[in-house]
Amino acid sequence: MVQYVSRPLDLSFAALSDATRRGIIDQLGRGDASITSLADKFQMTLTGMKKHVQVLERAGLVVTQKVGRVRTCKLGKRGLKAEAEWIEAHRKLFEARFEALDEIISEMKQEGSDESAS
Amino acid sequence: MNQQVNSAGGAQNRTSVERKGDRELVVTRTFNAPPSTVYRAWSQPELFQRWWVPKSASGVSLVSCDMDVRTGGKYRLEFGAGGSDTMAFYGKYLEVVPNERIVWTNDEGEEGAVTTVTFEDQGGKTLLNLHEIYPSKEALEEALQGGAAALPEQLEQLDELLPA
Repeated sequence: MVQYVSRPLDLSFAALSDATRRGIIDQLGRGDASITSLADKFQMTLTGMKKHVQVLERAGLVVTQKVGRVRTCKLGKRGLKAEAEWIEAHRKLFEARFEALDEIISEMKQEGSDESAS
Repeated sequence: MNQQVNSAGGAQNRTSVERKGDRELVVTRTFNAPPSTVYRAWSQPELFQRWWVPKSASGVSLVSCDMDVRTGGKYRLEFGAGGSDTMAFYGKYLEVVPNERIVWTNDEGEEGAVTTVTFEDQGGKTLLNLHEIYPSKEALEEALQGGAAALPEQLEQLDELLPA
């Protein structure tokens, strides 16, 4: 079963396939941060952190803004959407199951009624 | 980090999925039947296999369903798409309290969740709570990504099938 994954989703998944980048998204979910402070938190070089942020920025998950000498990072709209999309997909899977379960439960209740009637 | 996604404009009995913290996911749903009935549909293999695979999963079916639903028992579900290849999901039941709760491991992957389903009586209806706790934050997110990545095609079918 070959699954088609859209390009934006592909970029998001590639960006988030790295544990550090997922950590960055999680961190920015709690508040904006400069690249310097992110590098400190994740014990990385400034250069390394910039590369991670660039990947996230290309995927639309993070936006950066330079104010004076400081470049501040915050979650892009797609970053906020990404997890909601995954959770919604998870929800739809369970909803499909539970609707089938509803039908079976209705049958079971019907059988129960028949048995008690006889 | 708590994030909840509910179906917009959903009627009663809608399914809710909420992420709790780094490693936990909670699914809730109300069923119009007492816990004993809902529990039977979860614990009897001949009933379980009829609803666990969404109808919209094109070509995929449950070809084998072994469930020994008791504390210490094991389960093994094998899915196939028509060819000789199958994909197995297996684990063991850590705790089974009839009509109340089922706890099982998911051992097919390296970082599987422990799943707990509880059945709470609410005036003749059942509030079902399915809780998944993953060994790590990354494991949860990969599970979500895996689910999402696998579903675009199915989601389109679901969108057609599911009421708005």
